[in-house]
Amino acid sequence: MKNRKFELPFHIVKRDTMPLWKSLAVRVAAIVISLLLCSVLSVLLINKSPLVFFETMFKAVFSRDILIWQFAKDTAVLLCIALAITPAFRMRFWNIGAEGQTLIGALAAVTVAFYLGESLPNGILLIVMFAAAVLAGGLWGFLPAVFKAKWNANETLFTLMMNYVAMELVNFCISVWVQSGSGVLTPLSVGHLPTVLNSYFLLIAIVLVITVIIHIYLRQTKQGYEISVVGESENTARYVGIEVNKVIIRTMIISGAICGIAGFLIVGALDHTVSAESTVGGLGFIAIMVSWLAKFNPLAMIGTSAFITFLRRGTKNLAIRAAFPDIVVGTVLFFIIGCEFFINYKIKFRKANTTDKGGKA
Amino acid sequence: MNKPIALEMKNVSKYFGSLAANKNVDLTVYRGEILAILGENGCGKTTLMNMIAGIYYPDSGSVYVDGKEAVIHSPKDAFRHGIGMVHQHFKLVDIFTAAENIVLGIDDGKKYSINEVNHKVSEIADKYGFHIDPKKKIYDMSVSEKQTVEILKVLYRGADILILDEPSAVLTPQETDKLFDVLRRMREDGKSILIITHKLHEVLSISDRVAVLRKGEHIATVETATTTAPLLTEMMVGQKVELNINRPEPKNVRDRLEIVDISMKDADGVNVLDHVSFTARSGEILGIAGIAGSGQRELLEAIAGLKDLESGKIIFNRPKKNLPVSFYHKTYAEVVALANEGRFHYEDGTPVDFTGMSHSHICELVNSGKVLFNEDDVMDLRDKTPLQIRELGVRLSFVPEDRLGMGLVGNMDLVDNMMLRSYRKGHSLFVDRKKPSDLAKKIVDDLNVSTPSTHTPVRRLSGGNVQKVLVGREIAAAPTVLMAAYPVRGLDINSSYTIYDLLTEQKENGVAVIFVGEDLDVLVELCDRILVLCAGRVTAVLDGKTATKEEIGLYMTKTDFDNEEKESGTNEESQI
Repeated sequence: MKNRKFELPFHIVKRDTMPLWKSLAVRVAAIVISLLLCSVLSVLLINKSPLVFFETMFKAVFSRDILIWQFAKDTAVLLCIALAITPAFRMRFWNIGAEGQTLIGALAAVTVAFYLGESLPNGILLIVMFAAAVLAGGLWGFLPAVFKAKWNANETLFTLMMNYVAMELVNFCISVWVQSGSGVLTPLSVGHLPTVLNSYFLLIAIVLVITVIIHIYLRQTKQGYEISVVGESENTARYVGIEVNKVIIRTMIISGAICGIAGFLIVGALDHTVSAESTVGGLGFIAIMVSWLAKFNPLAMIGTSAFITFLRRGTKNLAIRAAFPDIVVGTVLFFIIGCEFFINYKIKFRKANTTDKGGKA
Repeated sequence: MNKPIALEMKNVSKYFGSLAANKNVDLTVYRGEILAILGENGCGKTTLMNMIAGIYYPDSGSVYVDGKEAVIHSPKDAFRHGIGMVHQHFKLVDIFTAAENIVLGIDDGKKYSINEVNHKVSEIADKYGFHIDPKKKIYDMSVSEKQTVEILKVLYRGADILILDEPSAVLTPQETDKLFDVLRRMREDGKSILIITHKLHEVLSISDRVAVLRKGEHIATVETATTTAPLLTEMMVGQKVELNINRPEPKNVRDRLEIVDISMKDADGVNVLDHVSFTARSGEILGIAGIAGSGQRELLEAIAGLKDLESGKIIFNRPKKNLPVSFYHKTYAEVVALANEGRFHYEDGTPVDFTGMSHSHICELVNSGKVLFNEDDVMDLRDKTPLQIRELGVRLSFVPEDRLGMGLVGNMDLVDNMMLRSYRKGHSLFVDRKKPSDLAKKIVDDLNVSTPSTHTPVRRLSGGNVQKVLVGREIAAAPTVLMAAYPVRGLDINSSYTIYDLLTEQKENGVAVIFVGEDLDVLVELCDRILVLCAGRVTAVLDGKTATKEEIGLYMTKTDFDNEEKESGTNEESQI
């Protein structure tokens, strides 16, 4: 029987499961191969020894104490936003609105500091700022969840659009506050988080506490269990009497509220101001990658957020052609994400000889 | 037969894993004939047709069209050979018109003109007697109109071998008659029509020949004129097989669940449950027989609180008779009110009257367990969510058909799956994995579940082990009603017997067991009573000890029933 179709010499089969050590080995191998490839590119494209390139990267991140602290701070902020979207993602609710939820939290905190900064003592001001940020972020999570639960509106588009609403709200508020028309709100002198060791330590500690809480929430609480069941199968959830809509709304409020906390931390510990472009600066989207790479495991996210931050910081101020750092980051991520394919699938080569013989015989 | 051969299948087999969906099937189709493909659920009718239509490719054997070997890899290949299939589930774009749907996907190199298409569609429709407006949008159409579009789609592409997969399943008897007229006209036009069905009376009224399949094998092809319904049923269900399933006499039988006249419509507005009434009794296994999709799934899901009903009641009699009253489910005022209605008696049988007693005296009497119920607690479970049903204290266990899609979570381990039913217990914020873990271990031991550990995701277990886990969990909830849909589907013999024994054990414990099955041999040996569903209606309730497979088979295909229906239908029309 002649087959008109061209057949590839191999086909792809889904794996059952891979032992943990093996899947870790695949991931490590992917990183090593990607770095080797980067080295080759480094020689070819910028005519520099790969060692020089990686040395510059490491130096850019770890050479001084202050750089290490900044690295830890950046990691913590990214981790906080990644933690926020994780409950939603475990529920298979594709919340890509962390950018807006964080920004609206930051805006709420700044608004409180702007209007009440003079009249309230710092401690109480911080608490009000925190509460406002949590409520604002929660609201930004609540809206798409309600529309999803009641009318099955697409959560991806809805959360994405809410990002732009938040950005324009920030621009509007700044145009009201800043009379000069510069569009930049100078950092406020009130509502600063207290300095422990340095201005970053408290923020990092708070994020680590949130990490542990989220980890316990997802693994050990009834609500976390409900999130997993809804994410795995809504039919099963309904079958055991879980009110799916309630879980969706509750989880998205939590997701938005943690984004709000991230916004509060950025304002209170770092920026003391808000800007549509730079306050969150795309971290809401990078956080998706952090969460995904860690397979939605909060503890593993410490590692993935540190890794992504390392790549971002290490290539930021390299004195080489501007596009090259992006090539490096892109290559490494391509390999890391690509290796998941080999963890989930295996390639089987057709035994061309045996089938042919079988056919003839 | 002098007609030329249109299509021939020789020695065709198709395997899914180790399961043979079709085994060495030979089939011949002539030009200008209607061939019915008859068989029970899962006998391989649809798989066989899908291999002609290019959905599946045979593992072995060959297909010949007009005497030449045909390689059919895709529906496009099938159309090249003039073969078109109308699937049971319509594949239409809702916001397009009939004509737009019909030309969708055709690339003949010609300039596209919707006017021309409309014209051509009307021409084909007129030729065979369809009534259709090519400009009508699909979302404005009834089910039968949609089906017409599907058939026209196939004819427009020039098919002269048509395959119809259970075309009458979605039609009213009147619409079915119309469709059959159209099919007869097509036959006169020289087309070959293969019609998949399990309605015997339709087979007898429309087909020229009948091919009967059983368990993937071709049993025989017979001339319709020379056969009868009982003969076909016998070919379909086969000889009785002795299974020797233990069936103890029911004891302490009491009405537990009364289904009163319930009806339900699906998204297309078709009646999936049509005035269904029956009673499930404690200490009994009630079998539900029927062709797949006759409403079994909807019935169980409605009882479990997962589907909304159009009408009817689901009355649950909670076992209460001769049991002590408690303030757990009833308030003080309710207890007094019920006592005044004479709903309680003392241990010696004298009626309870609380008049003149003090508040504390009444509480003491009740709490000491001396006041007993006269009757079972009666409640209507209709429109209650699964959570509300549980909160009412109704212990309803349900083993759904879709084990990993509904009963269990495939990616979770055994322990977490045990927790599905029980995690809510207690006021703690945190889940307690201790008890579910013990339960998982107990089920693994008691039911010989083969699994690496209780922390293995259930999707990695084999079908039989998955089912043991699910049944084990549902039984562990100490149910008063246990519903199981196809609990032995895909299981090997030993696992199947384990499940039968578990169900029987539950029956002996006084549980009302509802067993939806497809293997008639099992139904007649396991069940005390057998309810037969056909197209969402109850066609019979038979005694399990005396019912025969042939009898059930006939009720499943409702020959007589449909005639009655038609007669009453026409009567109604004439009255109007």
